[in-house]
Amino acid sequence: MIRTEELLLNVGPQHPSTHGVLRLIVKLDGEIITHVEPVIGYLHRGTEKLAESLNYTQIIPYTDRMDYVSAMTNNYVLCYAVEKMMGIEVPERAQFLRLIVMELQRIASHLVWWGTYLLDIGALSPFLFAFNDRERILQLFNELCGARLTYNYMRVGGVKWDAPEGWIDKVKAFVKDMKGRLDEYHNLVSGNEIFLARVKGIGAYDAETAIQYGLSGANLRCTGVKWDLRKNEPYCIYDRFDFDIPVGKNGDCYDRYYVRTEEIRQSLRILEQALEQFPPEGETMGKVPRAIRPPAGEVYVRIESPRGEIGCYIVSKGKAEPYRIKFRRPSFVNLQILPKLLVGESMTNLVTILGGIDIVLGEVDC
Amino acid sequence: MSEEQKQNGARSGEGEAQAEAPAAAAPQAPESAPATESASRADGAKPADEQPKAVQESAETPRQAAQPQAADESPQAPPQPAEAPQQPAAPQPGVEPKHTATPQPAGETQQSAPQPAAGPSQPAATAAGEKRPLTDEEKEARRQAALAARAAKLAAQGGAAAGAAAGAAAGARAAAGGAAAAGGEGTQEPPKPSPNQPKLDRAVQLLKELVAEDAVEEATLNPFNDDMPTLVIRGEHWLKAAQTLRDHPEFGFRYLRNVAGVDHETHMEVVYHLLNMDSGDTYCVKVRTNRDNPSVPSVVSVWATANWQEREIYDLLGIVFPGHPDLRRILLPDDWVGHPLRKDYVPLDPEV
Repeated sequence: MIRTEELLLNVGPQHPSTHGVLRLIVKLDGEIITHVEPVIGYLHRGTEKLAESLNYTQIIPYTDRMDYVSAMTNNYVLCYAVEKMMGIEVPERAQFLRLIVMELQRIASHLVWWGTYLLDIGALSPFLFAFNDRERILQLFNELCGARLTYNYMRVGGVKWDAPEGWIDKVKAFVKDMKGRLDEYHNLVSGNEIFLARVKGIGAYDAETAIQYGLSGANLRCTGVKWDLRKNEPYCIYDRFDFDIPVGKNGDCYDRYYVRTEEIRQSLRILEQALEQFPPEGETMGKVPRAIRPPAGEVYVRIESPRGEIGCYIVSKGKAEPYRIKFRRPSFVNLQILPKLLVGESMTNLVTILGGIDIVLGEVDC
Repeated sequence: MSEEQKQNGARSGEGEAQAEAPAAAAPQAPESAPATESASRADGAKPADEQPKAVQESAETPRQAAQPQAADESPQAPPQPAEAPQQPAAPQPGVEPKHTATPQPAGETQQSAPQPAAGPSQPAATAAGEKRPLTDEEKEARRQAALAARAAKLAAQGGAAAGAAAGAAAGARAAAGGAAAAGGEGTQEPPKPSPNQPKLDRAVQLLKELVAEDAVEEATLNPFNDDMPTLVIRGEHWLKAAQTLRDHPEFGFRYLRNVAGVDHETHMEVVYHLLNMDSGDTYCVKVRTNRDNPSVPSVVSVWATANWQEREIYDLLGIVFPGHPDLRRILLPDDWVGHPLRKDYVPLDPEV
C-alpha cells in the first residue's frame, strides 16, 4: 500500500484561470478533489452602501463596474427600475439604441467567455480571434459613448448619446461579418476531439439542481429549462423580435458552451431585425422630471444579462437617493454551485468547470 | 417621520440622544467662520490631505447643507457659509400651519441648536484642523461626534422632507410617505381591483389554512411592480410557509429569485422574490424582525440558493439565520466590526 495523505491546495486569489480575484481552498486526495471552499470578497467595494448616498444618475457609473464585461445590461437594469417606479416612458429611438447596445454587449461578453474559456483549457488561438472581434464591438461603443468598458451610457428615461452619423451602418457591417466568423469558430473548435474530451460530460447537473441553486442564464438553460427573461418576461422591446432560446439537455460543460455560442447567433438575429427597423429619427430622452425622486415604495426588476438574471431591488422613501438598493447578481448566485460540482472530480477539471460557470468577480463581490 | 426620529434616537444607544441630536444639528450654521479659520491655518502650516477630500464631498452635496456628514463636520463647513444659515429657516413657513405635530420638533431642532452646539464641536474642529496624528481619545471623541451627527442628520432630514411635501401642497403625499415609513409600503389598495387580487386572496387563504391562522401579517399588491402580490409572513411560521410555497401545487415556487435585507430603522426586513416557472407568477414575501436581535429562520433547506444570499445579509446587515448550515461573513473580512448596511453603522476607523 502506498501511504497517502490529504493535500491542501490554495488556488488564487491571483490566478489567471480564476478571471479575477477568486480564491479556492481545495482539499485533494491524490488527484481527486474532496472539498472546495470558495473565498470571495476581494473585490468588494460596497456598491450598495455607496449608492445609498448617491442620486440615481450618479449610481449608473457604479453599475458599470459590477459586471465590467457587460456594463450595458447593468446600466439598463438600474434605469429600468427607476423608470418603472416613476412611470417614465422611454422614446422609441432610445429603446432601439438600448436594445442594440445590449445585444452587442451580449455578443462581446460571450466572446470574452469563449476566448478565455478555451485559453483555460489549453487552446491559445481562439482567444486571439475572439478578442479581435470583441475589439470591433468595443470600438463601436467607443464611437457611441466615448468609453470602451465602463460606458455610463444609459440614463433614466433614455440614453445619453444618439448614434453618430453612419454608426448604424457600421453595426450592420459588423453583424454581417460576425455571422461568418461564428461559423469559422465552430469549424475551428466545436468539433475538435481534444476539446470535446475536456468538456463532454464534465460538471453535469440536472434541471432540478439548477433550479434549487437558483442558477440562471446559460447555466440554467444548459439543463434543458427553456427560461430566458427576454422571452418569458419581456422588457425593453424584445417582444417585437423573432428569436429562439437555445437549450442544452445534459447540463454539462459542453452544453453550456453550445448554449453560449448559439446565443451569439440569436443575438445577431435580433440585431439584424432591430437595425432594419431602427427609426431614422426621434428623441433619445423621454420626459423626465428635473429631480429624479421615485415615490415611496419598492420595486424589483430583472433582465437577462449574458450571465443570467440580473435584478435590481429598490426601496425608495421618496428621496433623490435610494433608501436601499440591492442588486441580484447572477455571477454571485451561480458561483454557489461550484463546490458541489467539484467534489469527486479530478484536479484537471477544476478549471474547466469553474470557467464553464462564467463568473465575473466584479459582480460576485459587488 | 418624527416617530422615526424618536426611535432612532432611542436606538442609537445614548441616553440623551433626544437632547443631543438637536445640539449636533447646528454646527454648520454658527460655526462656519471659526471652522474656516482653523482650516486655513492648517492649510498654511502644512498641506492638509484631508482638506481636498472634504471640499469634494461637500461640493457634491450642496443641497444637503443641513445634513452633517458623519465624522468630519468641521472641514465641511467652509464651502457652505452662505447656505447653511438659510437652511434651518426654509422648512418652517410652509410647514407650521399645516402639520402641527411633525414639524414643530424639527423647527426647534434647528433654531435652538446654535448655543449648545458650540461647546462640544469646537474642540473637534481644532483637533481636526491642527493635529495630524490623532490620539485614541480624539478618535473616540470623533466617533461620538459621528454618532451625534448621524442622529442630527436624521432629524434634519425629517424636517426637510416635511417641508418639501408641504411646499408641494401635497399633505396627502406626506401622510402616505409617513404611513409607508411606518408600516412597509403599499398599505393603500389600488382603486380598481387588479387581476392579481384573487391570487393574493387565495394565497392568504391557503397559508392560513395550511400554515397557521396568524401566519400572514399583511397582504398587499405592489402598485409599482405590476401589482406584484406581496405577503408579510410572521417569522415563527416562515419555514413552514416557505415549504408550503414551494411544494403546494397551487403555489409551486420552486425558484427563489432574490433575497434582500432592508434596515427600516423601526425594524429589519428580509425580502424574498419567488418565481413559479410554469405560470410565470412572481410573489414577494417579506419577513420582519426586530432591530436589536434580528433573526429570521433560514430557508436553505427549502431553496439551496438562499445559502450565500443569507450569508451576505448576515454580513452586511447582521441578521442571524438560525438553521443556516454555515453562517459566516462572505464579502467582508472575518474580523470586520459592524454591519455596513445598517443605518446606524459607524465605521470603526472614520478616516478610512
